[in-house]
Amino acid sequence: MTDRLSSSFPADRAALVTFVTAGDPTPADTGAILDALVEGGADIIELGMPFTDPMADGPSIQEADIRSLAAGTTTANIFNMAREFRQRHPDTPLVLMGYANPMTIRGSEWFANACVDAGVDAVICVDIPVEEDESLGDALRAKDVAVIRLATPTTDAERLPQILSNASGFLYYVSVAGITGQQQAAQASIEEAVARLKAGTDLPVAVGFGVRTPEQAADIARVADGVVVGSAIVEIVGEYGKDAAPHVRDYVKSLSDAIRVARHG
Amino acid sequence: MNDTPPNSFRNMPDDRGHFGEFGGRYVAETLMPLILDLEKQYRAAQADPAFEEEFNDLLQNYVGRPSPLYYAESLTEEVRKDAPEGKGAQIWFKRDELNHTGAHKINNCVGQILLAMRMGKTRIIAETGAGQHGVATATVCARFGLPCTIFMGATDVARQKPNLFRMKLLGAEVVPVTSGAATLKDAMNEALRDWVANVHDTFYIIGTAAGPHPYPELVRDFQSVIGKEARAQMLDRTGRLPDMLVAAIGGGSNAIGLFHPFLDDPDVKMLGIEAAGHGLDKEHAASLAGGGPGILHGNKTYLLQDEDGQITEAHSISAGLDYPGIGPEHSWLKESGRVDYDSATDTEALDAFQLLCRTEGIIPALEPSHAIAAVVREAVKMDRDQIILANLCGRGDKDIFTVAEALGTEI
Ligand SMILES: Cc1ncc(COP(=O)(O)O)c(C=O)c1O
Repeated sequence: MTDRLSSSFPADRAALVTFVTAGDPTPADTGAILDALVEGGADIIELGMPFTDPMADGPSIQEADIRSLAAGTTTANIFNMAREFRQRHPDTPLVLMGYANPMTIRGSEWFANACVDAGVDAVICVDIPVEEDESLGDALRAKDVAVIRLATPTTDAERLPQILSNASGFLYYVSVAGITGQQQAAQASIEEAVARLKAGTDLPVAVGFGVRTPEQAADIARVADGVVVGSAIVEIVGEYGKDAAPHVRDYVKSLSDAIRVARHG
Repeated sequence: MNDTPPNSFRNMPDDRGHFGEFGGRYVAETLMPLILDLEKQYRAAQADPAFEEEFNDLLQNYVGRPSPLYYAESLTEEVRKDAPEGKGAQIWFKRDELNHTGAHKINNCVGQILLAMRMGKTRIIAETGAGQHGVATATVCARFGLPCTIFMGATDVARQKPNLFRMKLLGAEVVPVTSGAATLKDAMNEALRDWVANVHDTFYIIGTAAGPHPYPELVRDFQSVIGKEARAQMLDRTGRLPDMLVAAIGGGSNAIGLFHPFLDDPDVKMLGIEAAGHGLDKEHAASLAGGGPGILHGNKTYLLQDEDGQITEAHSISAGLDYPGIGPEHSWLKESGRVDYDSATDTEALDAFQLLCRTEGIIPALEPSHAIAAVVREAVKMDRDQIILANLCGRGDKDIFTVAEALGTEI
């Protein structure tokens, strides 16, 4: 399963990783929005599991979670969305991203099996740091589902090897100490951090938090293996609701186009 | 859980911050280095006699400790009127409502601000429900000249107006939080969001014995002054230990502070009282009685949640108990069987509130009113020569508007 993920980081350009919240604005709308991400040129899809208490998220994703839960989105719905996505897009990696409680409430084995069953390639759990890895990581790895680790500006050289132990898929560099959807970090600090991380791992390094414009995406694409965009897409869904898909596609295409030429310009 | 009982109930958590299967450090990676550093600095402070000396000095001369241990003779007599022949235990209170700022919360705030200054932090944040922890935090920040920002659910801002004003008088910035039900849980989410964005200069003073390790441990340790004093005072006054301890539980800090020093006294029973709100079959805040294990706010513990792990809203008339979780040590103490847990409804708490006003001339906060309701229930079942000791962890000045409204009275 992880093969799908490793082969989606092209050698000659950065991968575009896009995030949307599952079930926003309703479970019925997510399929079309996911298709729009792929059509727009996303290489990897992160599907956010809404949570009542998204402590690491800014207002845009908080509101998306509220919209989704208010529409009645359940964990079963989310795995159905994943399964249907996998049928339509056999080659595009799908990553579930969310918080510990919805992922572990039925037990980590249940969750790992559901991921395999639905064709989910990897999981990012925001509030399970490496110290608590056994709560989820063992079960996922046993089923060959990648456990994607986060590194942040507060991750120092001493801690990095710990984070990298048992990491798979790619390494997600959260470029700002803060919540999602706020300012982007300075390019110089991103370059420095990516260099530091790449010295410690062979995994691709994707950079996210605060990326909004094609120019920002291109800047990151010049130095990192992947660019992650989340809140900006979630805001488009927030603005256009049920009619969001074409707007999402156009926006993602603008990012994808910029990334494709970034290393030539 | 464990087949073999542990030798001591007082040696938790383990070095990873786990109380059995509960506790832990479930935080975003950005915060991990920070809480590891906090743990290191806390260990250093524990080993430093100067830290303890300063803590004790402030508790004595600023907070007003030790708080009295009081035999509530009049309440005891009142309860005995309805008790069967020979029944009606002596009711005693640990008077932490007499502390500076009016609740036990200040004990913990004094400890944490000393830690914050030790760590060189220059800005303080906190969450608050009833406003007592917010007031206590604003108080120590004023005392030590540190700027502070308090996150408070908008619902609580409305029902705890006196405390809102007190915080402002003390120089705090109060940020009303409108997400979710706009109560304590949401205030905590917002505090965590602020913290993750200001890791370098900011110290988060958590108000209850919950959150990521080492918070449950250090809050418990700072609050244990309650139980240590009570144990010594009771031995001194009666030559014996109490038969039962009772405390109200929001996150569980006043309860663990009273219980912990007694945990290895096998003859002392303990009873934690959760808020049953409108009733355990309706809206309530009793996570042990009506919830299950889950992960929220940095720790694994009992939570009110649905089958998908979405957190459900708590309800209690008492803002300080209106939280869908509980400190992890209580989850462990429940599963280990050492402490019993029960609950009291809004109505029972209101009745107990009025009973204490009339019998003892003490206006309690709505939080300990839940414990008092349970004390009345338990005392009638216990022998007259037995002793039941409850933590009177807060005074009721902040609650008079809420109580007036509940009783249909205009102030
Ligand atoms: C007076 C009083 N008692 C109890 C509580 C509940 O907290 P804990 O369970 O941590 O003692 C509060 C919280 O605000 C309070 O103000």
